[in-house]
Amino acid sequence: MSSSPETRVPAPPARRTLSFRERYVPFLISFASVAVVFGLLARLVTSAQQWPRIKLQFFNADAIRASFPLVFRGFLTNMSVWVIALFAIAGWALMLAIFRSLSGPLLAPLKVFAILYIDLLRGIPSLLLVLLFGFGVPALQIPGLPRTGLFWGGVAMVLGYSAYAAEVYRSGMEAVHDGQRAAAKALGLSQWQTLRFAIVPQAVRNVLPALLNLAVALQKDVALLSVIGVRDAVREAQIYTARTFNYSSLIAAAMLFLAATIPMARFTDYVARKDQERRFQRTV
Amino acid sequence: MMKRIRIENLTKYYGDNLVLDAIDLEVEEHEVVCLIGASGSGKSTLLRCVNKLVPYDHGRILLDDISIDDERFNTTELYKRVGIVFQAYNLFPHMNVLDNITLAPRRVHRTSRAESEARALELLDMFGMNGYAHSYPERLSGGQQQRVAIIRALATNPEVLMLDEVTAALDPELIGGVLKIIKDLKTQGMTMMIVTHEMGFARDVADRVCFLEGGRILEEGLPQKILAHPENPRTRQFLQRIIEAGRL
Repeated sequence: MSSSPETRVPAPPARRTLSFRERYVPFLISFASVAVVFGLLARLVTSAQQWPRIKLQFFNADAIRASFPLVFRGFLTNMSVWVIALFAIAGWALMLAIFRSLSGPLLAPLKVFAILYIDLLRGIPSLLLVLLFGFGVPALQIPGLPRTGLFWGGVAMVLGYSAYAAEVYRSGMEAVHDGQRAAAKALGLSQWQTLRFAIVPQAVRNVLPALLNLAVALQKDVALLSVIGVRDAVREAQIYTARTFNYSSLIAAAMLFLAATIPMARFTDYVARKDQERRFQRTV
Repeated sequence: MMKRIRIENLTKYYGDNLVLDAIDLEVEEHEVVCLIGASGSGKSTLLRCVNKLVPYDHGRILLDDISIDDERFNTTELYKRVGIVFQAYNLFPHMNVLDNITLAPRRVHRTSRAESEARALELLDMFGMNGYAHSYPERLSGGQQQRVAIIRALATNPEVLMLDEVTAALDPELIGGVLKIIKDLKTQGMTMMIVTHEMGFARDVADRVCFLEGGRILEEGLPQKILAHPENPRTRQFLQRIIEAGRL
């Protein structure tokens, strides 16, 4: 202990520097092989006899340009429904999951309601729900309630997706260690306080990546509203197709959806990776 | 002296498995009782019955001569008066140290935030944890986490503190700090029931040691007597194994 640390501690190993070849050659090779393979593929496709017709029908720049303003306006409808539905689902599904986790005879009705709800709504195809709510409820002409397909189609999406999200929340709540419940109980927290302060905050953090996955799925499924006449991106594209017999407007809609879903999927991956790292650090 | 806790004929089954077999045990005010025995002998279950973390089947438990099942004890009152600390600390990982400690005082016992925090900081200071109020549990060593868990249990000023193998998950060099806190608490007159495998510690801190096996207290008495001159052959055998494992 008498000698100074400088003499005792060996220097950290020098950082290995990569030579130009080591650093760039593998990258160049993979770039070249990707270019060759996809280049050949593109050549094959474009040299096919049908290609000019396909290009005219699906990838017609003029048609895409012409249909774009309407398709884009429809797409904004899709995305607004998506964002509003996300918040509604996050809240309603959490409530369902909490209902389902309750114990005690007085709270049994809530628990049974949650179980039935989840079973029913998860078992019905989203398309069917959208048709039922989007056409069915406005037809009842109940005073005081909105009658637009947009509203009721959105409600259908929220109700259906909440059943899935509730199960995701529930798995997160069950994954919280029993010791946490014991600690909360020993501190005198009520069942409600235990959920509120100990279980739910940890559960939400646990299932965030899984919930984001559902959000990506919903991002595309909002296009189902087109079947009840909501003028979303798909509907607008179809209208253009019906008028001009050109399918490029559908391609325009597809590209808009991709522009939204791919970043969202990447973001989900990023959150999932962060979550993994956090768990890893905690266990090590 | 006053009987803080009186356990009479306490019997508990897990399914068909008898884990507590007609236990009688009294703990006086300011007394420290250590429960020793092999895993599965019922020590931890006994503690958990006292503050109703698990239900028991027969017998009764009295706290200051009132049954813990009496209406006068709503659970909040019971948990305020009897604190427990677990082997695995069980701190809330999403809350910092201060929030862990002040959760029960604020939310259960409706003490003001300022008052709860002042008390928490005082306790942290007292047990050598000042400066960690805003750290998250995962940033602390096991020993520090366990000290926070003890402080959390003390934050409601319980009359009885139960410690369930609080050093079993700790590295040897971290045990000392936790044991010192418990000794300090004894000096301050805290009534404690301690489940432990640290026989040296039991000898130092206990007023009475109970040896449990198969859900019964086979032998009890002063630590010097039980740990040095046990009468029951099973106690002797248990301690022999502890000595062989180098823990006494």
